[in-house]
Amino acid sequence: MGKALTVFEKIWNKHVVKEEEGKPALLYIDQHLIHEVTSPQAFEGLRLNGRKVRRPDLTFATMDHNVPTINRENIKDEISKKQMEALKKNCADFGVKLADMYHPDQGIVHVIGPQLGLTQPGKTIVCGDSHTSTHGAFGALAFGIGTSEVEHVLATQTIWQDKPKTLNVKVDGELGLGVTAKDLILAIIAKFGVRFGTGYVMEYTGDAIRKLTMEERMTICNMSIEAGARAGLISPDETTVEFLRGREMVPKGEAFDALAEEWLALATDEGAEYDHTVTIYADEIEPQVTWGTNPGMGVPVSASTPTIKEAEHPEEVERALSYMGLKENQPITSIEIDHVFIGSCTNSRLSDLKRASKIVEGKKVKEGVKAIVVPGSFLVKQQAEEIGLDKIFIDAGFEWRNSGCSMCLGMNDDIVPSGGRCASTSNRNFEGRQGNGARTHLVSPEMAAAAAIEGHFVDVRQYAGVPS
Amino acid sequence: MEPFKQHKGIAAPLNRSNVDTDQIIPKQFLKRIERTGFGEFVFLHWRFDDNGNLRDDFVLNQPKYENATVLLAGDNFGCGSSREHAPWALEDFGFKVIIAPDFADIFYNNSLKNGILLIKMNEEQVQQWMKKAEQGLTLDINLEKQEITDADGNVVSFDIPAYHKEKLLNGWDDIALTLLEEDKIRAFEEKRA
Ligand code: SF4
Repeated sequence: MGKALTVFEKIWNKHVVKEEEGKPALLYIDQHLIHEVTSPQAFEGLRLNGRKVRRPDLTFATMDHNVPTINRENIKDEISKKQMEALKKNCADFGVKLADMYHPDQGIVHVIGPQLGLTQPGKTIVCGDSHTSTHGAFGALAFGIGTSEVEHVLATQTIWQDKPKTLNVKVDGELGLGVTAKDLILAIIAKFGVRFGTGYVMEYTGDAIRKLTMEERMTICNMSIEAGARAGLISPDETTVEFLRGREMVPKGEAFDALAEEWLALATDEGAEYDHTVTIYADEIEPQVTWGTNPGMGVPVSASTPTIKEAEHPEEVERALSYMGLKENQPITSIEIDHVFIGSCTNSRLSDLKRASKIVEGKKVKEGVKAIVVPGSFLVKQQAEEIGLDKIFIDAGFEWRNSGCSMCLGMNDDIVPSGGRCASTSNRNFEGRQGNGARTHLVSPEMAAAAAIEGHFVDVRQYAGVPS
Repeated sequence: MEPFKQHKGIAAPLNRSNVDTDQIIPKQFLKRIERTGFGEFVFLHWRFDDNGNLRDDFVLNQPKYENATVLLAGDNFGCGSSREHAPWALEDFGFKVIIAPDFADIFYNNSLKNGILLIKMNEEQVQQWMKKAEQGLTLDINLEKQEITDADGNVVSFDIPAYHKEKLLNGWDDIALTLLEEDKIRAFEEKRA
């Protein structure tokens, strides 16, 4: 037997087109996902140089970032409209398949890739969006790229990459009742910081990870970028195989079984070495709430905002608290919110919506709170409606929208007003992310749902309806 | 891409760590389908108040930095979204060189692709320059020699991966370079088919 390898090394080795000592390697890309915001300048570049898309068959486009979640037929924003029309024209001109606003496959790019089965173990996947790390949940090497790189992949189906180092994030134990994958990843980033992953591909290992469903694994890998990592990965296992079985873009029958065997063989070998390992215990994790302006500024719901002078970087904490309109040592449960957003590529899949619906069922959103649910894709929306989730949310006073990125980044009309405070299931709480002057607290779907009902944060574990 | 060999310019300090790309260029400007014209929106909400007036509490608004072309930044500069609109905006605003203790990965790549020189420099040195920049600091950056010289003639050397340096010095277009590897790409595809 050869050297024990990590899943990352196995995928890397299979995709090197050219490699020279001391230089980046040229990697082949199996799947290129495209959306309206980071692609127009790339297609323009191709046109200017008379280049084609090398492999339209390995390229798939959708519209997600600035599609309206209501009144799609009547886009008022001329520039948004122009951008979406540009994507339509570019896809038509270059022969790229597009799931546009009205297509049944439309959705947030990181929701539809797995949903269609385009995302598969062992693939190299890129997209002009940093949360491409989501697809790593399947044991694919997936990372975000900039527009110049989008153009490069369109033209050559390859990318130059420095070989990242490997970081093993080992999660022992088991998550407690009411504690979710979102809380786990927020706790990891709070503990190790927003840049501990820089230069690394992070692989999540350990008992707690193995017990997670695919949708939970996607939530974890999604936020790897918030720790600075190039990509997040989880070794494929039976859970991965079962999730993909029968999906539109995966082979059927015997071909599937053969493929599944290849996938399972990609898992990290016993005894493989990492450049660095950190360990965290799932049992110790509580539901998390971020209080500041980066995803690492988070604490358990039972805690309070930090004390400025005890912080490692007091000025940063002070600036963040001031932006957030919070005091030091303020109990998290005393923070009142006026907006709730359940959605985004982190937490907008069917299981996320189901769990949130259990919390709100039969209750009412607190007066003065505007709460919206934005399913991650057209299909998620449809499936949710089939089991009556829309009704539960609407009865409770939530708005039930069409799929897209929506209030995660507020490029369409879904924004939090200046000074507004939002409990959000998305992944970034940067200044102004959800709207100029908006204050974002990142939480799980359960925590967001409970906050909508109570008007402030509550420990969802003491809350009726916590799904088991 | 224009070759980058040497640059001399006024340095401006932005002493904050984890400056993310949402701060560098807010999302409402990501709807444009051009590569140019983003400069006037750089750090929008830090530069302007809600009424569109320049805020006097933001360092880059001080008149002495008006013509700055070298940005001294904090750790983990450019984290967050992969939007290349961030380096487009910084470049359009006039920055040619950014010096920081560390940069986020995607931002680093995106900037180099647009001919902006990013220099990783130890925190102590960056802090020292930031202090000096308050009194006025001009830095002369020589990529060929990998040296930065201040007005007093102090010289500090910096590291940069050889292939990045080569590309910047020559102003090479990445895609054109890769297309020279066409045989290898085709061979790879055939082997897998
Ligand atoms: S949901 Fe948010 S984070 Fe995810 S792709 Fe859309 S804008 Fe990016």
